[in-house]
Amino acid sequence: MKTTGTDRIFTGTVYTILIVCSLVVLLPFLYVVLVSFATKHEVLSRGFFLFPKEWTLNSYQFLFREHNFLKAFQNSLWITFVGTVINMILTSLMAYALAKRWLVGRKTINLLVLITMLFNGGIISTYLVVNGLHLLDTYWSIWLTGAIAPFHLIVMRSFFQSFPIELEESSRMDGCGELRLFWNIVVPLSMPAIATFTLFYMVQNWNTFFNALIYINDSDKWPLQVYLRQMLIEAADSSMSLDIEGFEYGPPVKMATVIVTAVPLLIVYPFLQKYFNKGMLLGSVKG
Amino acid sequence: MADTKKLLRRGIPMYIMILPGLLYFLLFRYLPMGAIVIAFQNYDPFNGFMHSEWVGLDHFARLFGEADFWRLLKNTLILSAMNLFLFFPAPIVLALMLNEARVRAFRKTVQTITYMPHFLSWVVVVGISVLLFATQEGAVNKLFVSLGWDRIELLTNPDYFRPLYTFMNIWKESGWSAIIFLATLASVDPTLYEAAVMDGASRWKQMLHVSLPALKHVILIMFILRLGQTMDTGFEQVLLMQNTLNIDVSDVFDTYVYRVGILSAEYSYTTAVGLFKSVVGLLLIIGANSFAKRKGEEGVY
Repeated sequence: MKTTGTDRIFTGTVYTILIVCSLVVLLPFLYVVLVSFATKHEVLSRGFFLFPKEWTLNSYQFLFREHNFLKAFQNSLWITFVGTVINMILTSLMAYALAKRWLVGRKTINLLVLITMLFNGGIISTYLVVNGLHLLDTYWSIWLTGAIAPFHLIVMRSFFQSFPIELEESSRMDGCGELRLFWNIVVPLSMPAIATFTLFYMVQNWNTFFNALIYINDSDKWPLQVYLRQMLIEAADSSMSLDIEGFEYGPPVKMATVIVTAVPLLIVYPFLQKYFNKGMLLGSVKG
Repeated sequence: MADTKKLLRRGIPMYIMILPGLLYFLLFRYLPMGAIVIAFQNYDPFNGFMHSEWVGLDHFARLFGEADFWRLLKNTLILSAMNLFLFFPAPIVLALMLNEARVRAFRKTVQTITYMPHFLSWVVVVGISVLLFATQEGAVNKLFVSLGWDRIELLTNPDYFRPLYTFMNIWKESGWSAIIFLATLASVDPTLYEAAVMDGASRWKQMLHVSLPALKHVILIMFILRLGQTMDTGFEQVLLMQNTLNIDVSDVFDTYVYRVGILSAEYSYTTAVGLFKSVVGLLLIIGANSFAKRKGEEGVY
């Protein structure tokens, strides 16, 4: 195949555009990472720069001594850990059971799930229910209101449906109970799917913001996302800024906080990518 | 009948497995739907759902009579239109470009980079935007100053809210949204390209006349899906970008419900506002889906 001049221009354009796109995504990160290592003085006195003249870990040292930050970080870890365990248990059990085609009432329950994807009670009614169950200011409000993502449930159900029926029949022959079948055979065979959804739920829990904002009033219980918003975004809008005690954060500390909030995700990201690149989430959506 | 009984008995372990999930759906998805009745009441927390005064459609009458309503509707529609016409093509273009990049390692790298922002929370993304675009301390304005240009009030001038909103959406979600188009392009029959080469088609022509037509169905489906989401403008993003200076252009139904409902405790009225939004959203989804089916496409749900 010979390359013509127009083709060369075309290919050149394609690669240029893709490089520009990647830079547009990367540069903001790069800026925030690099400047988080600068001193407050340099940021305030010097104009625009990417590379600090003087590198320091001050911002991170300050941050990891800051009581409210540490508290928020721990809270986020706890919310993510327990939340993901609840998510996975509820979602996988329900998905597995609903994957049984012979199950009486299966269609009705599927329909119940589907309806919630099209219509919901809205912010206020959910808030009132959470309030009525006395869950405000507890993490149960976050864990329970987001216990199952209907979309994940449906994808997981389709995944379990792809298991050969013989597996179930032969294990029944062997006198293996349903729960044992699930735990000893189905779960080990489903590790890739379970890993993927665990990661997706982890991301969702770590990023949880709005539910925490409305359900958690006690600032000692705030997750990192709410803390970051308070520190960065509300303070930027001077008319809304709340006077938090010790609000003497310089810009580098803000940047360090953004980095620390984003880093756990960037760590799990390669693992996530390994699975979604296989395309397991696509094409299995309809069930 | 005996069969059903047998199946029911056999299903007992399955029902036990379903039970916790089902309880979740009933308590946290269906109970709130039931709680919507307060949109037709003057809900008083002390009297509860059962004993609050019924007011019929009063709250809806108030909503439609309020100047706020038209502002909310206008803002929602404009943001949705921007999503539809500016954000929507971005992942398609990205997928077409990625498909043309034949160097595998390069393509993988660009994919890895562009998918990544999808996993960041809106708090982090809006946080980064504050660090970049703030009038005094923001990187962009500092850069402008060192170039001898004027500062731009990117975050507080209402004129910049909509472009910034769209740009951030494109920045965060284009890569991830491109996956479905890329997957479709990967399944295109290679002989189609070979035939095009035989006919002397350049790479550009191949993209235009082979790749793009292959995407037609997915594009249509995704477009319809987007239409169905007209009422959803990305609540967290808008809420986080909102400030007292841009509220005239940034206020949408969800942020209004949050502000008036949760912060000022006007539960009944804001439930009515939320219900209006949900019902319109539902009608749009159903309409879009039946439109897709009539077009001979597989429905969305």
